[in-house]
Amino acid sequence: MITSRKQDIILAGVGGQGILSIAFVIDNAALREGFNVKQAEVHGMAQRGGAVQSHLRLSRDAIHSDLIPKGAADLVLSVEPLEALRYLDYLRPGGRVVSSSTPFINIPDYPKLEAVLGRIREIPGSLVLDSEALAKEAGTSKAQNTVILGAAASFLAVAEESLLEYIKVLFAPRGDKVLGANLRAFELGRKAAG
Amino acid sequence: MTKEILLGDEAAALGAVHAGLSSGYSYPGTPASEIMEYLIRISGGGTKFTADWSVNEKTAFEEALGASYAGQRALVSMKHVGLNVAADPFMSAALTGANGGLLAIVADDPGMHSSQNEQDSRFYAQFAQIPCFEPANHQEAYDMAREAYDLSERWGVPVMLRMVTRLSHSRGGVVTREGRPKNPIRLGDRTCWTLLPINARSRFQRLLDLQPEFGRYADASPFNSLDLNPGDRRLGIIASGIGVNYVRENIEGSAAAPSVLKIGTYPIPEGLVRRLVAHVETVLVIEEGAPLIERSLKGLFGIPGKTLTGKLSGHLPLAGELSPESVRKALALPALERMSCPEFELAGRPPQLCVGCPHADTFRALNEALKGRSGATVFSDIGCYTLGWFPPFNAIDTCVCMGASIGMAKGASEAGVHPAVAVIGDSTFGHSGITALLSAASFKARMVVVILDNCTVAMTGGQPSFATGDRLLRIIEGVGVPRDRIRVITPLPKFHEENVRILAEEIDAPGLSVIVAVRECLEEARKKAKR
Repeated sequence: MITSRKQDIILAGVGGQGILSIAFVIDNAALREGFNVKQAEVHGMAQRGGAVQSHLRLSRDAIHSDLIPKGAADLVLSVEPLEALRYLDYLRPGGRVVSSSTPFINIPDYPKLEAVLGRIREIPGSLVLDSEALAKEAGTSKAQNTVILGAAASFLAVAEESLLEYIKVLFAPRGDKVLGANLRAFELGRKAAG
Repeated sequence: MTKEILLGDEAAALGAVHAGLSSGYSYPGTPASEIMEYLIRISGGGTKFTADWSVNEKTAFEEALGASYAGQRALVSMKHVGLNVAADPFMSAALTGANGGLLAIVADDPGMHSSQNEQDSRFYAQFAQIPCFEPANHQEAYDMAREAYDLSERWGVPVMLRMVTRLSHSRGGVVTREGRPKNPIRLGDRTCWTLLPINARSRFQRLLDLQPEFGRYADASPFNSLDLNPGDRRLGIIASGIGVNYVRENIEGSAAAPSVLKIGTYPIPEGLVRRLVAHVETVLVIEEGAPLIERSLKGLFGIPGKTLTGKLSGHLPLAGELSPESVRKALALPALERMSCPEFELAGRPPQLCVGCPHADTFRALNEALKGRSGATVFSDIGCYTLGWFPPFNAIDTCVCMGASIGMAKGASEAGVHPAVAVIGDSTFGHSGITALLSAASFKARMVVVILDNCTVAMTGGQPSFATGDRLLRIIEGVGVPRDRIRVITPLPKFHEENVRILAEEIDAPGLSVIVAVRECLEEARKKAKR
């Protein structure tokens, strides 16, 4: 966790990868800690396997725009590497990227993976991790979003215990097995971030 | 008083519930679907209030109007193009008026994230001469819904609450108030509600007579505010709805200190506009959607002695949605410093049909059945299957509005197009396809209608379809399609050859055929399995 009066985060991925689940956890954790929250998300057509993103804004002060201005984002968290690159122009100088290295290839012209990952690694302080392997290790490949959340935990302006609380709120209704896998996924992501 | 985090759509819906809502109706459509989804979720299974999907927006509007006639507070919600469908009752409801409060929440989609056009619903409110609210944030969406019911009942007119995608689909904090009870049943006056010319004329005059009152309200409304900077007369901004957020985002912490008129209600608050314009040299109008306010100010001759800027002057783009960046540029502020990013060729990732989607199997069969038939045209419709336009399918040639596929196929067939094929989903067929099929059957039009029955409204998240399964087959037969020309296929790879053969047979046959491709949406089947 870092201390900050405000934080602007772009969450990115492909429809169905659980972007809105990560957003739910950070939103509610932030609300619990007394932040104001705004979170713009994508519904409808784009959710069908298309590029999706969510603009998540936390602040101790009033938040005006639902969208993060280009050049204001502190973080890009992405469950997919190509999708991480799509939002780099939102980052402020010194902003950071936490991304999965696992490509979601559902388009014919997906660029060379090494080039994509290399581009992300050029960003100072960027973190690229194999969310698929870690999620499988945790018990389900569906928990890649939670791996990324865990990996980003130390860069977020909300406490880890608040995040864990809302991971429980989100996944407990889906049974102990799903919840357990997501708690492990969070922990593995956190450790992988070092 | 509690603070909740809600979608903009949910905030507006909850405001209506706390205002004493009795009945809500809607048809799914992005970005408005979540209004009814939320109402259904908190309706206690219909015990607290009625909240139901309707067959289309016109029906939904009329259902809400019936509840209003009965003295109950009613809500109807829809996406912007849904109001085109409901325009008939909408326009005349301005004359019948509302007995119980009647609120139409209409969600526009500037930028066309999930729509076929980006029309601005404020024009409809202006057209019908009814009050309209345009929230800037979640709290206003909640508060305005309640205020809208108060006005609707004070003046006996329907009221519109205009949402836009960025607010509908953004989450934010809302402080809620104590709810108030529902209205008792109190039937409307038959003279007001029977729009025979003799009654309609007096009802229309009444609406005209109310206009000055609407204007006085707008000038005094807490949702409109004028902040004049006495020390700087150079720039005045008129910003409506979420436009004001982008202004505040950009001028906060900058040297700019323009005077700002925030507009949240319509008719346009003329008194406030005059005060702002008198105070400044240049007026910049920032509004999400079409330049409605700007055009009103500009008129034919502009404002003598003042400079008027906005979308019409090219300071902001006429198409698409506003952004923090476009507004920053209009404010003549330098762009924020960004992380420098060397160019990288980014492949686009458009939405696509799910792997294993039944529509994909239907399109493969249809493509093969039409192979080599020059001039073949597939008139499609609104739904997930519109994604069949993209490779690898390239299977459809048109998508215009709900239900257009069947009417267009008939018109094209009669103009000489062959084969003319219409492709339409079950819910879209129920929404606006039935009447067109009645017409095609009556004229024995030479065409094939393929109805994709996936048993749900898939694109918007799996709302119930009313024209599915056995009822769908009975509707098709009921409008006059001969029984032997109604064929049912199962879109699965293992039936591909058979499906191609059936499609080809019906394409070659004279007159009208309907082929129903039945297989449940995978996404919905998955959700059911989870439950």
